[in-house]
Amino acid sequence: MTQEQNGSVGIVVPQTLHFDTPLTLACGRALPEHDIVYETYGQLNADKSNGILICHALSGHHHAAGIHHPDDRKPGWWDSCIGPGKPIDTNVFFVLSINNIGGCNGSTGPTAINPETGKPWGPDFPPLRCRDWVESQYLMMQHFGITQWAAIIGGSLGGMQAMRWALEHPDALRHCIVIASAMKLSAQNIAFNEIARRAITSDPNFFEGRYLEHNTLPRQGLALARMVGHITYLSEDGMKQKFGRELKTGNLTLGSGSDSDVEFEVESYLRYQGEAFSGSFDANTYLLMTKALDYYDLAREYNDDPAEAFSHAKCSFMVISFTTDWRFAPARSREIVDALVAANKPVSYAQIEADHGHDAFLIPIPRYMDVFHAYMKRLKQELGHAL
Amino acid sequence: MRFDLTLIQPWINEGSRVLDLGCGDGTLLATLAKQKNVSGVGLEIDPENITQSLAQGVNVIEHDLNLGLGNFRDNSFDMVVMTLALQTLRYPHLVIDEMLRVGRECIVTFPNFGHWRSRWYLSQRGKMPVSKFLPYTWYDTPNIHFCTVKDFEALCADKQIRVLNSAVIGADNNQSPLADRFPNLLGVTAVYHISK
Repeated sequence: MTQEQNGSVGIVVPQTLHFDTPLTLACGRALPEHDIVYETYGQLNADKSNGILICHALSGHHHAAGIHHPDDRKPGWWDSCIGPGKPIDTNVFFVLSINNIGGCNGSTGPTAINPETGKPWGPDFPPLRCRDWVESQYLMMQHFGITQWAAIIGGSLGGMQAMRWALEHPDALRHCIVIASAMKLSAQNIAFNEIARRAITSDPNFFEGRYLEHNTLPRQGLALARMVGHITYLSEDGMKQKFGRELKTGNLTLGSGSDSDVEFEVESYLRYQGEAFSGSFDANTYLLMTKALDYYDLAREYNDDPAEAFSHAKCSFMVISFTTDWRFAPARSREIVDALVAANKPVSYAQIEADHGHDAFLIPIPRYMDVFHAYMKRLKQELGHAL
Repeated sequence: MRFDLTLIQPWINEGSRVLDLGCGDGTLLATLAKQKNVSGVGLEIDPENITQSLAQGVNVIEHDLNLGLGNFRDNSFDMVVMTLALQTLRYPHLVIDEMLRVGRECIVTFPNFGHWRSRWYLSQRGKMPVSKFLPYTWYDTPNIHFCTVKDFEALCADKQIRVLNSAVIGADNNQSPLADRFPNLLGVTAVYHISK
């Protein structure tokens, strides 16, 4: 096999795994059966020690790397970091990326059929907590015969899942890589999520979440939710650089336009993002995911003491933040680091200078890549790879 | 390895927990981990050094020492080390207070501005000393708080800091009986092992 450098994993085919035993959830209810859609990249080694689990963020899914068709214009959402010679090097590691339950990209979620009613779950889908994702990911780990991940890696909400793994299944991972994340959301974060939810639920086509039964979609509401979200993923500087006050047509048509007129580039961008999202994402999933985010509190059941929480972990941690990320600010990452130091756990931390706001974790910023590569080098060494 | 780093190793106990302030490329912690089973973490601000430390398998936290050590709990380390960084700090005395709060014992190494070459340079040329060891101009230098062996000992006396051990490294990058006798004149680098 040739060892490619900085390449793509190429064409990947999503797989589906069906679980027919009930999955008990944090809310007390159970999913009677569920599907998980996933992709894998790289080869699992003989002793199954080179597995890496990727946990996705709010609107993420299983398609993290490579392309589905030769003419795909856009690769997977984390193609910048996963592939031959990339930080998550598929020449060395076996990478599993799944669509979480509650999602809308093929894994069982609100758009799936509720076996008890024969209708889409819709708003009746059980509320989920981050730990439910961890438990369903644990079932995936067992399916592959893996007893310990080389690493669990996630950005944003994905980082929250990775940390929860370290507390719930401490023997099941050697490294936990937490990027642009936090131990709990701030009031400001929750406030933005609430605006997004209200945008969706006040859409006339929402029908109390039963829009599929009415053969419609709350597209306006979902688009608005995404537009608000998008502003919080970018930084002020990043927006200024990307759009400035550039006009779409080159000249201002003050007073002559109707409401639908788009004059500034940034308006056009946000509308495009909102519309694209509202055609591909499920509104109930968005509500469910933002609620799971809001309720996440790493240390709640550990006397609200993050150091006590992390005292249960057995893995090493790498924490990365980005200077202009105000959604998950560097201070939130530093709280994670401080708690880990107080718990006497091995931890490294880098704060990357970047203009891209929260979205920076998806972008191959040179220093980010250097730090990521340097840390991953020790994982390779643990596997006995000559470097 | 830099001689001050070699010199301080016997003062660090097997299996202890070490915080290295300004850990550079991580050489000290990597060596201590290998030879003394020390579990350590470094604080560093330079991106290149942080990457080098990570690549050496050293745990490193991006941190500006001028912000203090408020993130670290009292007595949470057996040893807090700071090599050749004292002179770069905005408030060196406050950082030493913080080191003694966070660590049970501390090691500080710093360039001795009392060395005869510095004195000679200043008295003969009337200009701030520039050398191979300290190559910066006065207006563009990371070194903003030079001190001498005597200055440091006076600070320790003022703060009632115990000096458990001390040594100087001479111009030949080694220890010598003569430099031990006249540390403030012949020591290029001073090395102190201190506690509360």
